[in-house]
Amino acid sequence: MACPGTTRRDFLRQTAMGAAGAACCGWGTSLLAAGDPDAQFIREAQFYEKQANKKIKCKLCPRECVIDDRERGYCGARENRGGTYYTLVYSRVATAHIDPIEKKPFFHFHPGTMAFSLATAGCNVNCKFCQNWEISQVRPEQVKAEYAPPQRIADLARGNACGAIAYTYSEPVIFSEYVLDCAEAGHQLGIPSVIVTGGYIQQDPLKRLCAQADAIKVDLKAFSQKYYQEVVNGELKPVLDALVTMRKQGTWTEIVYLVVPTLNDSDTEFRDLSRWIKQNLGPDVPVHFTRFHPEYLLKNLPPTPVETLDRAIKIAGAEGLHFVYVGNVPGHPAENTYCPKCHKVLIERTGLMVTQNRLKHGKCPDCQTAIPGKWS
Amino acid sequence: MSSSGPSRREFLRTCAAAAAFTATGKAGTAAAIASPKSKVVVARDPALRGGGTTPDSARVLAMLDRALQACYGRDNALEAWKKVVHPGETVGLKVNCLGGRGISTSTVLVEAICERLQQAGIREENIVIWDRLEPDLESGGFRSRHQLRCIGNDSAGYEDDLEVFGSVGSLLSKTLTRTCDAVINLPVLKDHGITGMTAALKNFFGAIHNPNKYHPNAGDPYIADVNMLTPLRRKVRLHICDALTAQYEGGPSYMPQWQWAYNGLLVSGDPVALDYTGWQIIEHKRAGKGMKSLTAEKRPPNYIATAADARHRLGTNDPRQIERLEV
Repeated sequence: MACPGTTRRDFLRQTAMGAAGAACCGWGTSLLAAGDPDAQFIREAQFYEKQANKKIKCKLCPRECVIDDRERGYCGARENRGGTYYTLVYSRVATAHIDPIEKKPFFHFHPGTMAFSLATAGCNVNCKFCQNWEISQVRPEQVKAEYAPPQRIADLARGNACGAIAYTYSEPVIFSEYVLDCAEAGHQLGIPSVIVTGGYIQQDPLKRLCAQADAIKVDLKAFSQKYYQEVVNGELKPVLDALVTMRKQGTWTEIVYLVVPTLNDSDTEFRDLSRWIKQNLGPDVPVHFTRFHPEYLLKNLPPTPVETLDRAIKIAGAEGLHFVYVGNVPGHPAENTYCPKCHKVLIERTGLMVTQNRLKHGKCPDCQTAIPGKWS
Repeated sequence: MSSSGPSRREFLRTCAAAAAFTATGKAGTAAAIASPKSKVVVARDPALRGGGTTPDSARVLAMLDRALQACYGRDNALEAWKKVVHPGETVGLKVNCLGGRGISTSTVLVEAICERLQQAGIREENIVIWDRLEPDLESGGFRSRHQLRCIGNDSAGYEDDLEVFGSVGSLLSKTLTRTCDAVINLPVLKDHGITGMTAALKNFFGAIHNPNKYHPNAGDPYIADVNMLTPLRRKVRLHICDALTAQYEGGPSYMPQWQWAYNGLLVSGDPVALDYTGWQIIEHKRAGKGMKSLTAEKRPPNYIATAADARHRLGTNDPRQIERLEV
C-alpha cells in the first residue's frame, strides 16, 4: 500500500540517494574538507591514543574516555572521526570579555590590570552549581561562536590594553591546544597568559600548559571525594596532584574554594584543606573562599552566609596560610592583601577594584617583607 | 546528594507527569496496553530477506502488522495503530542513525510505519522523522521529501529551560517539546561499549542536548533519569525496536563483523521490558559466539533495573512480569 502523495519506491529511492551521498563523503579526514561549516574550528587533538576498531582513548583528563567512531568524549568538545580524535573548538570562541584580573580571581598577579578573557564551549566536569553552564555544559555547535585564531586573540588583547589573556568561564583544559597557541602568540607580543581551571587534567598535558602559562588559578571545589563524585562529577586526587605539579613547575598558582552551604562548609573540611595546602604547596599560595549563589542544578540552597566565610578564613589563617581571601562579598575586609609579618594593608580592594596598592617592588613598604606573586 | 531520594521538586514533577500521563487517556500508552504483565512482542521472519541481503519491504510491513496486532490484541493492524495515534496529531518517529547506513533504524521499517500511520489518519506533513543530527539522519538514509520531514535537533534547536530529574539536567529537543504530539520510539538493538547495550531507553539520549555527560557508570542512573523527563513521559506512545539487523559487539558504531540478521522487531509499550528482552537476545547471541556476557565484560546494562525501580517505575525488568509473545 502506498502512502498518499508518494510511493514506497519513491521513498526508498530518496533515502538511497541520501545514503549514497553519505558514503561519498566518508567519515575520515574528508569531513574537514570545504563544505563543512565547522572545518575552521577542527584540529587533530593532542593527548590521545588510537585503539582497535577505530576507537580512541583520550589522555587529556583523568576521565580517559574511550570513544567510538563518531562519538564524543564527556567534554563534548572532542570527537572521534574514523579513528582520529579532533578538537572541535580550536579558535571557536563562545564568549570573550575584558575583565579585571581580580575577577578571575588573581590577587597576586599584576593587580589592577585587565585581562582579555575568553572561553570555548564544553567542560570535562559537570558541577551542579556552575554559573556558566550555558557555555560549559553544551556542545560547541549549540552556542554561537566566532572564529578567532591565536594571533587574533593576541592582537585583541594588545589593542584593548589588556595585561593578560585569560582562559576562563568554561574549562581551558578541554581547549588546551588553542590555549597553548594563543599563549605563544601572546608572549610574542609580551602579553602573559593566565588559566582558570578546575585542574582536572593529566600530568603530561598539564606540564605543557605550565610551560606556557604565567599563572594558573585552580577551582578546588571541595576537599572530599564524595563531593567531587556527587556534585562535580569528577575526582579530587587528580586535582590535588595537579596543584602539586603546578608548584613544582614554578607556575604561579592561586586557589579558589567555593563554599556551598551544607555540602563543603564544615570546620573539619576547612581545616583538612588548609593543612594539605600548607604541607604540599606551602603557606604562600593565596586561597580565596568565595560565596556561592544558587545556580543551575543547585537552586535549592541559599547563598553562603558571610559568617561561614569568616569561619573558613579564620581556620585557614590559624592553620598558617598567609594569604586568605573572601570572594563575592564586596567590601569585606578579607578582600585586601595584608602583610603576613606586620599585618598592614598592602593592597586594598573593593569588589573587583584595586583602590590602593602600597607594594614597593613586591615588598611590604613597612617591614620590607617580600610578598609572593607576580607584581610587574 | 541527589541520589538519596527525590526532592520535593522532583516529586511534584513526577506527580504532574503522572497526572498528565493519565489525563491524556491515550489508548496507545503503556498503561493502556491491557495486560497484567508487560507485553513484549518479538516478531520475526526468517525469510525477510529472501535470497538477498536487503529486507523485503512487503515482508517488513507484514511483520510489523503482526507485531502491532499482537501488542494490542487486535485482528487488524490498522485498528491497533488507531490505538497508538489519532487523526490530527503530529507524530514523531525517533530513529537512531548514529551508526550510519550500516546500523541505523531501517528506512524500510520507517516507510512501513509511515504507511500505516497515514492509513490511521495521520497526514504525511504531520509525520516527523527525527534524531540528534541532520548529518546522522542523512547517513542513515533519511531525507525530507514531499511533505515528510526529517529534522535533526541541530536544526530544530533545544529549549532554553532545563528539564531536571534525579542526576539529569538537560535541554530537550524542540522537535520533541513543540512539534510532536506523540512519539514512536524506533531504536536499533545494539551492543554498546559503555552502557552494555542500547535499545529503547537509551535512544532518548538523542532527545537531550548533553548526552556526553551521561555515559559514566555505564549510563546508570542517567538513562533511566532521562526517560523520566516530563515531555518524554507524556508523549512516547510505543517502542518498536529495529532488530532486522542487530549487533552483539563493538557498538554503538557500525561493526559489520559483529552484526547478525535477527530479522525481527521488538514491540512494546514498556521500554524496560523491551530492553530487558533485547538484552537477553544479545546475551544469547554472545554466548552462541563463545563470547563473555556483558556482565563478565563489566558493562551490564544496570540502567534497565534502575528504570524499573521504585523511583522510576518506567516498566518492569522482572521476567515473571514480562509476557513475551513470539509472532
